[in-house]
Amino acid sequence: MTGNESESELPVPPYPPIEPTAFDLIVIGTGLPESVISAAASASGKSVLHLDPNPFYGSHFSSLSIADLTHFLNSHSTPSSVCPDPLYSDVEISNYASRLLSQHPRNFNLDVSGPRVLFCADHAVDLMLKSGASHYLEFKSIDATFMLDADAKLCSVPDSRAAIFKDKSLGLMEKNQLMRFFKLVQGHLSLDESEENDVRISEEDLDSPFADFLTKMKLSHKIKSIVLYAIAMADYDQEVSEYVLKTRDGINRLALYNSSIGRFQNALGALIYPIYGQGELPQAFCRRAAVKGCLYVLRMPVISLLTDQNSGSYKGVRLASGQDILSHKLVLDPSFTVPGSLASSHQQLQESFQAFSLSDNKGKVARGICITRSSLKPDLSNFLVIFPPRSLFPEQVTSIRVLQLGGNLAVCPVGIFM
Amino acid sequence: MHGRPRKPLKPEDAAASAAKAEKLRVLQSQFLHNHHNHIYSKEAVELSTKLLETNPELYTAWNYRKLAVQHKLTENDSDPDSLKSILDEELRVVESALRQNFKSYGAWHHRKWILSKGHSSIDNELRLLDKFQKADSRNFHAWNYRRFVAASMNRSEEDELKYTEDMICNNFSNYSAWHNRSLLLSNLLKRKVEGFVSKEKVLPDEYEFVHQAIFTDPDDQSGWFYHLWLLDQTVRVDSPQLVSSWPTPGSDLILLGDRCLDGCASSPFTRFHLDSRTFPLVLYFNQAVEGVNSSTITVDSELNTNKDLVWKPLSSCNSKAAQVWVTQLNLPDGNTHSSKVFPVEDSSPISSLYQLSIKNDNELTDFEWRAATIAKEIDHFRELLSLINCKIGKLTLARLLMAHDAMMCPPANKISHSEEVLELYNDLMRLDPTHVQYYKDQHSLVLLQQVTSNWESLLSRCFHYSNSPSNRGSPMCLQLKNLSLSRLGSFDKLLWVQMLDLSHNELRSIEGLEALQLLSCLNLSNNILGSFTALEPIRQLKSLRALNISYNEIGAHSIDTTKYLCSSPLSHSVGSEWNHGQTVIDDDIKSYWEAYFILKGLNLTQFDIVGNAIVNEKFKSFLIKVLPGLKWLDGEQLH
Repeated sequence: MTGNESESELPVPPYPPIEPTAFDLIVIGTGLPESVISAAASASGKSVLHLDPNPFYGSHFSSLSIADLTHFLNSHSTPSSVCPDPLYSDVEISNYASRLLSQHPRNFNLDVSGPRVLFCADHAVDLMLKSGASHYLEFKSIDATFMLDADAKLCSVPDSRAAIFKDKSLGLMEKNQLMRFFKLVQGHLSLDESEENDVRISEEDLDSPFADFLTKMKLSHKIKSIVLYAIAMADYDQEVSEYVLKTRDGINRLALYNSSIGRFQNALGALIYPIYGQGELPQAFCRRAAVKGCLYVLRMPVISLLTDQNSGSYKGVRLASGQDILSHKLVLDPSFTVPGSLASSHQQLQESFQAFSLSDNKGKVARGICITRSSLKPDLSNFLVIFPPRSLFPEQVTSIRVLQLGGNLAVCPVGIFM
Repeated sequence: MHGRPRKPLKPEDAAASAAKAEKLRVLQSQFLHNHHNHIYSKEAVELSTKLLETNPELYTAWNYRKLAVQHKLTENDSDPDSLKSILDEELRVVESALRQNFKSYGAWHHRKWILSKGHSSIDNELRLLDKFQKADSRNFHAWNYRRFVAASMNRSEEDELKYTEDMICNNFSNYSAWHNRSLLLSNLLKRKVEGFVSKEKVLPDEYEFVHQAIFTDPDDQSGWFYHLWLLDQTVRVDSPQLVSSWPTPGSDLILLGDRCLDGCASSPFTRFHLDSRTFPLVLYFNQAVEGVNSSTITVDSELNTNKDLVWKPLSSCNSKAAQVWVTQLNLPDGNTHSSKVFPVEDSSPISSLYQLSIKNDNELTDFEWRAATIAKEIDHFRELLSLINCKIGKLTLARLLMAHDAMMCPPANKISHSEEVLELYNDLMRLDPTHVQYYKDQHSLVLLQQVTSNWESLLSRCFHYSNSPSNRGSPMCLQLKNLSLSRLGSFDKLLWVQMLDLSHNELRSIEGLEALQLLSCLNLSNNILGSFTALEPIRQLKSLRALNISYNEIGAHSIDTTKYLCSSPLSHSVGSEWNHGQTVIDDDIKSYWEAYFILKGLNLTQFDIVGNAIVNEKFKSFLIKVLPGLKWLDGEQLH
């Protein structure tokens, strides 16, 4: 099955013509960034037309059933003339229990580009609260974080005063060191830069690598690892790689973590995850936009861009239904390519598309979704597990993170875990 | 709930609170009218509801409601349904009052009162408590009430113990939770509930638990308090023990009077200078005990011709229990003897009485466990202090080291830690000036323990006033001057002392000195004693002949704060022995009431008081009147 075929198979229903035919802004793709933009533009009184060729909201940020996800990944992983460098590659799908899955054909919401948890104090959470998108969403707290330690055991991450107190694996002196380090960071953050104070971490230290600073603070190897990979959530090995976190950034990440704990009364930890999956996020912004007057049309591919004949600048789009819609501005999901000769004839537009092209992306993320019949931890269903660099195999340069989600998040049937 | 800064009132808030006060005043006067006229109509009770829901602090209104409830209950005696609805309404009012202020004593008390009527569901109370304890987990009112509820519903103490554990795990800086834990554990240990039979099994886990709090955040004091309780539980021996006595059991006592006999062969500590026909026997216990008498203590002595010795407790108030007990032994007429004096263990098994403890295997393992626990704690806190400089850590280490020394002292002559402890207290005085007086007091106690720990050190501080050979038998003076002592202790090691020089110290009080029953000569000059009431212990020193309290601060302070610490003619405890009928109260006594009270029973021949603000001619003439036996006053011979 190729991407082209699948798109041509999509029946384009006979849409009634769109009224009006001119907008302030046309947004193509209902991914998270586009949805945020259309919500913001609608809220500030602009007329917005929001289009998506897919029959669902969210494009790469959506959560889909198993069948839909399989279909979506397959259609976006094959190189084609339109998309020579597809977003997804090396897709592998195996099924060891077809009976179990066929019992629940529609009960799964699998994140296409997820899963991604949010810090309670994340800017994204602020934005949802400020925009009102939070009315259309509900979150649950991630109950715990674990890290693989040197003895290949999952130890819980002592990320707060109470957690340090309860922790069974840390020695008394380690507890003391870790808590003093947290206090040092809090003291540093509570004073602004203008104040001359011993409590603040020196500029020299702030510019040094975070891992070196932790060593200087005499933290044990295990605690260093916890701070770097399970609290500051460093992606790469901080001992060797070139992606070394500066102390300043490390401290800021700890600040985010710290202000996340206890921000919401019913969230025990620092992290939350939306019920029904990550796909709820763009939808919440789209609903917000719709309330503010944004017009939504799904299953509506754009077949070409319209340009002004004299200036060569953008003036509108031609829809698959054949209708031409004019707008002052266009926002385009960077994963889309605009077919059609009208666009390609104009050098200027072509260049501006090049700037947003995905082909020069630096890296790829390896991602797996496992559906299991039992939880990794018998008494918990939603938690994060961190495998710090080199903990699984010597060549492991990145942190590997596993998020287990259970039925109470409505992403899978109760009794099954992802 | 805690650590929130108070904000100054905004003008509009001030106006609102004035309006609220005006409304309350109206309600209150209506309410008081109802109360005085015993009006318990529906409207009247509703008025009190309204009042209490705005201001739960009004005790009178709660009492009024109790009266109203009783009134209604007598009216509806037979009907259980209406009875329940009356009480349920009260519970509702209390709950909404508590929402207004959950620290209202009156409201919590009213709730207890209603529940004690026994008609309301108690299960509901735990739910309510959960709500309040979630809002403020350290609220001691809620914890108090929780104990009441748990007891009323017979909730097991193990369950409650688990609850304190959960609360502590949520946030370990919770004094109330730690406190409740100590109460529950004490009860469980006392009742020897299964799993709580011996401290040896229970306390190690508790130490482990509290270490997590102390090491995680040494700046948080709640865990330290619990640790202090654990230390006390570890050190404390449950049955009272005789610590020391005078004369030492089995010793030869050499009595030296005017008819002096040279006792060079025996130890200096058993020489006793005698100028009366009796001499005291003193028992010193590790805690206050009751019921010491001739049937529980048998004294076997050549002198003991009179079988029925009268034992008296030496306590400052008229309590029947005391740490020190004394009796007087009469000397036979004429000649002086060497005699053997044995206080021997009792034979009658009355539990509240003094018993010489019998060492057996069980106690021995117990001792080993205690000693090992203390030693382990010392290692832990040394490690903590190697990382951080923390006041309460140093204080705990000092306490642990002293506990260790006290435990090790009798069986083995282990290395004493007193030098290190003194250094710790010196450090603490520098680090924590707010509590300098406490550290000084502790420093004094340790220093005295060090001085009295062995005979060599004691002897090095003993002097004869005169070197003439004819006076070799005269008692030695123990000099403890210039040691910056602010508090006295180690009396058990000083029972033999007859002459004591405590001058040039920083004493404000001489509490405990009454144990030194042989004392005949006491120098307290150049201290900071602030009043005569601070000298209260010397009332019990019947042998005292020479007293020096010159250069103190007696009369210099208009307010006598020791009055509230020690007993005095003004406190109730000694009022009963103050017999007005026998005392001719003249003007002098009125103006020097306290001096009169302290000095009147003493038989002083020598008294020094110069250098105190109180001294003037009038006071001196008063002294001569009160102390008729006085021969020397401030170094001047009296005629």
